Amino acid sequence: MEQFQGQTLSWSLTDGIIEVALHREPLNEISSLTLEELETFVGALEDLTRNAHALILYSTLKAGFCAGADLRELYQWIQKFGSEEVANHARAYLERIHRVMNVIDACPLTTIAAVHGVTFGGGFELALVCDLIIADKMARFCFPELRLGLIPGYGGIPRLKRDLGNAVVRDLLLTGRSFNTTKAQQIGLVSQVVGEGESLRAARATATQMGKFDRTTAAAAKRFIKPIPLEELQREIDLFCELLARPAVEAGLKKFVESTDTQPYLP
Amino acid sequence: MPTTDQALDEVLNLAANHFKVPREKLSPDDDFFKALGIDSLQTLDLLTKLENHFHVELPDYELQGVTDFRTLASKIQARL
Repeated sequence: MEQFQGQTLSWSLTDGIIEVALHREPLNEISSLTLEELETFVGALEDLTRNAHALILYSTLKAGFCAGADLRELYQWIQKFGSEEVANHARAYLERIHRVMNVIDACPLTTIAAVHGVTFGGGFELALVCDLIIADKMARFCFPELRLGLIPGYGGIPRLKRDLGNAVVRDLLLTGRSFNTTKAQQIGLVSQVVGEGESLRAARATATQMGKFDRTTAAAAKRFIKPIPLEELQREIDLFCELLARPAVEAGLKKFVESTDTQPYLP
Repeated sequence: MPTTDQALDEVLNLAANHFKVPREKLSPDDDFFKALGIDSLQTLDLLTKLENHFHVELPDYELQGVTDFRTLASKIQARL
């Protein structure tokens, strides 16, 4: 399947470059449907890989790359299942999304997240599975989960620790602050900073360049330098589920979901 | 380093340009959410614009409760 048009995302393969476009309004919140379509994508990835050398993830939405998990859906689960049962439901969901993330993280293609605007929570974690992040100068990165009494659950902590180290994780996680592309490049998170609206163009240029390299060598180099932190990823799922079962999380989610405040994305 | 008044003027100019609001309609003590007609996502855009312009890092929790241009400029001034 060289092309797919879903409700939350689409993909196409052209000249050896797979492009996955996120397009779920309002800000690509990752829902059960997004997960199903991501699973469809990783199911097709092995076939796609035979004719590809690079993969680009981007958003077609003006406001940004991705605001993270669909918190309204998470709140509905708590309402439906209750705080104890929801942990089991969330575990099954997280194990599915981790499988997707791990496949993209380890795939033999060179992968690029082309980001702009809001790149928060699960959206940040999705960008972190890619080998390179190319960001326009209006991008912002954040792990806001502590504001809700949670931790990131899609593998962000182990991956950011793998790539940048524990101090950066602590800064982002424990303050809940967002930072811009300049800062992200200074700490080594972002490989290229480009002007507003230029991240996809720059990602395509980079992906085209990668097509000149021997694929076997590029894939071997990636396997050598980018191990999947499986043990820590499993511990992250355990901790997320343990924290989710507490009443404080339901209260935090309720506040966010029911907010008519103009500042729900500010701490 | 700009003076506090210069920083305030630059904040007002930048906000007016970015959100396409006539500069003369903005005053230092205006509620910028109302004056610019913006929500929290657009406020993050404004924050990024300001950080890039002034070459500062302004943690977003420092904006908690800040609604007027004058206070916003003073937060930036404190980081210069």
